Amino acid sequence: MSTYSVIGTRPIRHDGADKVTGRALYGADLQLAGLLHGAILRSPHAHARIIKIDTSKAAALPGVRAVVTADDLPDSGDRMVDLGEGETPLSFIRGNVLAKGKVLYRGHAVAGVAAVSAHVAEQAANLIQVEYEVLPCVLTAPSAMADGATLLHDNLMMKELGQNTGKPSNVSEHFRHLMGDPAAGFAQADVVVERVFDTATVHQGYIEPHNATALWNNDGRVQIWCSTQGSFVVRDATACVLDVPVSQVKVTPMEIGGGFGGKIPVYLEPVAALLSKKSGRPVKLLMSRRDVFEATGPTPGSHIRVKLGATKEGKLVAGEAYLAYEAGAYPGAMVGPGAMCVFAAYDIPNIVIDGYDVVVNKPSTAAYRAPGATNAAFATESVVDEIAEKLGVDPLELRLRNAAKEGTRRADGPKYPRVGCIEVLEAMKNSDHYKSPLTGPNQGRGVAIGFWFNVGLPSACTIAVNADGTVTLVEGSTDIGGTRTSIAMQAAEVLGLPAEKVQPTVVDTDSVGFTAVTGGSRTTFATGMAAHDAAQDVVRQMKERALKFWKMDAATPVEFAKGVFTAGDKSITWNELCTKQARTGGPVVGRASVNPRGVGGSFAGAIADVEVDPETGKVTVLRFTSVQDAGKAIHPSYVEGQMQGGSVQGIGWGLNEEYYMSPDGTMMNSSLLDYRMPTALDLPMIETIIVEVPNPGHPFGVRGVGEANIVPPPGALANAIYHAVGVRMNSLPMKPSAVMEAIWSK
Amino acid sequence: MATVFLPAMLRELAGGTTQVAATGATVAEVIADLERQFPGIQDRLTEGGELRSNLAVAIDGEVSPDGIREPVSEQSEVHFVLALSGG
Repeated sequence: MSTYSVIGTRPIRHDGADKVTGRALYGADLQLAGLLHGAILRSPHAHARIIKIDTSKAAALPGVRAVVTADDLPDSGDRMVDLGEGETPLSFIRGNVLAKGKVLYRGHAVAGVAAVSAHVAEQAANLIQVEYEVLPCVLTAPSAMADGATLLHDNLMMKELGQNTGKPSNVSEHFRHLMGDPAAGFAQADVVVERVFDTATVHQGYIEPHNATALWNNDGRVQIWCSTQGSFVVRDATACVLDVPVSQVKVTPMEIGGGFGGKIPVYLEPVAALLSKKSGRPVKLLMSRRDVFEATGPTPGSHIRVKLGATKEGKLVAGEAYLAYEAGAYPGAMVGPGAMCVFAAYDIPNIVIDGYDVVVNKPSTAAYRAPGATNAAFATESVVDEIAEKLGVDPLELRLRNAAKEGTRRADGPKYPRVGCIEVLEAMKNSDHYKSPLTGPNQGRGVAIGFWFNVGLPSACTIAVNADGTVTLVEGSTDIGGTRTSIAMQAAEVLGLPAEKVQPTVVDTDSVGFTAVTGGSRTTFATGMAAHDAAQDVVRQMKERALKFWKMDAATPVEFAKGVFTAGDKSITWNELCTKQARTGGPVVGRASVNPRGVGGSFAGAIADVEVDPETGKVTVLRFTSVQDAGKAIHPSYVEGQMQGGSVQGIGWGLNEEYYMSPDGTMMNSSLLDYRMPTALDLPMIETIIVEVPNPGHPFGVRGVGEANIVPPPGALANAIYHAVGVRMNSLPMKPSAVMEAIWSK
Repeated sequence: MATVFLPAMLRELAGGTTQVAATGATVAEVIADLERQFPGIQDRLTEGGELRSNLAVAIDGEVSPDGIREPVSEQSEVHFVLALSGG
């Protein structure tokens, strides 16, 4: 029996009416007086040296108000900057916003134009003449790592196990995790399976394209309106690129139509600001779908080798992994987290993991739900399934025998606190789905599990009490998955109010304390904790007000329960006390800022039933169940929504999606017609099972649920295909042609 | 003394050792003691008096938001791990 009155219920989301009636304002909806429209000229080549840019014809076109290139960016020298994703050379960030010297992928921004209409801006962009010296391109990690490969950056020196080698390379970094004695571990093994895997570049596929509007005021202040997962990250990145103080930039986050990690970097914002500075008018830039595919940050393609050894009793005794991830044009391929997750679901005493961050002539990659982990889990979960088959053990039973638990040491060092891996596996094993029979030929069932960390990072929140008994909650976490409500519910629980009486508002960077990105499965955890603490601050102040109202000694203990404040024989309801604020000291405003510890990771599992057409290779998903440890589900419908969304994205990654590249580095399928994301017509209802192993580090036990659910689907589908038609799929996507080739090669 | 687990990439500075004992009441003091034992290690862990931005420190399995200021006990396990964000 729950002790909560709000947590665990399913109230209607606070932004629901705006969203379903079309009144919610997105970046593209923004209209300002004197607004100009912009266009970006992008590179037609995957790799080329820029010899000359002539903007004179564009600038002379009637209606054009400004043209900018990389020469308009400040030349304040290079330095390492940290925008919340680790240190990056400023030249790389600026270089991705507007190319300088070289273009490194097709779609790389070369110049920007602002004009009186979008059509004039586009016409002007096409009048810009760029002379290129086309260079050979490298499109995969293995080809970029080969001896003699064309180098993307003359100044990128390979770091080998932490040491700068001073050698120019497409490999930005090689790192290693080593635990125990892998050679001795494999020597103990009765069964060893080693396989090589490749995964294609895939995109997050958010429906709303990137957009940014900027106004560079005469007083030097820059205002930006955009679609982002982190308004403060946009503020800091834009300030950095433009070399202005952060206090001079104000970012207003508009509603966001999906992000999944892809709306953390800046692309358009600094260009819109530069165009505004030159024109003296506000400038709006919008991306097309093709721009989104070609010029924003997909998730890395990868080349992976995984080797696992087990005893005949089914105990995993050694693991070895080689992970080479494509970073795209600039370093930062998320191979670090991939390496931390590749064996994270298992208690394996002897492990060696080598990771390689490799630049290639594709768009600079960005985070995508549990970045790096899905690629790695596809490989590991396929090998684990093969070991289970060789040992004649049920695949969930093998996983249970080796499941990570509290005290298990991960390959990167730390031991797990309380985690729910075993509980997730048990829920899978006990599910109706797993117990049900398959019903036809060419059908198979596969399972897989996966892990993703949660992160903490700073969040701030204020709560103002209204005279009518409601409260206004101000926060800085842009809402990409219903977090307004999951955060408001945590405040409501503390205040003893229904969720509907807490009105959450996501505000601009001038109106709330620094709040890190909506990412890393942190928002319901960290900003929720800030809301919890701010609500406690409200309760503390309201108790003081009650004593003041009663003219009692300030040290008198006051109880607050079920909406009533009590001290001795005095009592007053929340609603009545709210009306007494003016006469007891003025408005009550609670505040909290946190940089929390106590983050809890989340495990997720997937059960997939498929049917494979042996004549076409088409894989039909018959039934799919997602199981995830939510710690405590604040709003179960939103947890289920995250699980379903992550599962569908994982299914698309597994079966259909890929950047289909021509040899010259052109993405051949840069539209949603040809980039085949699954639709409701392609899928069964995604069943969900929420497991709740409370995180002791959060007042309500929250674990972030936004990411781990995407990790297991490709592995589960690969295993299901094997059990349907007897072929092990070693590359993603497992599209019909790939399945047919595997069947023919059997 | 706290037990510091050295990432594979720092072990060559410590003769291949995977874990070492170090004194200090905070992570900063532990790093200073590591530097005394294994010259050069401080530069690999810190920059400008703070942990390198791609690193985090975990004390007894929990990543600390306070970095080098985090208290360390005699029984603590100290790990230097990759700083994560996510999608």
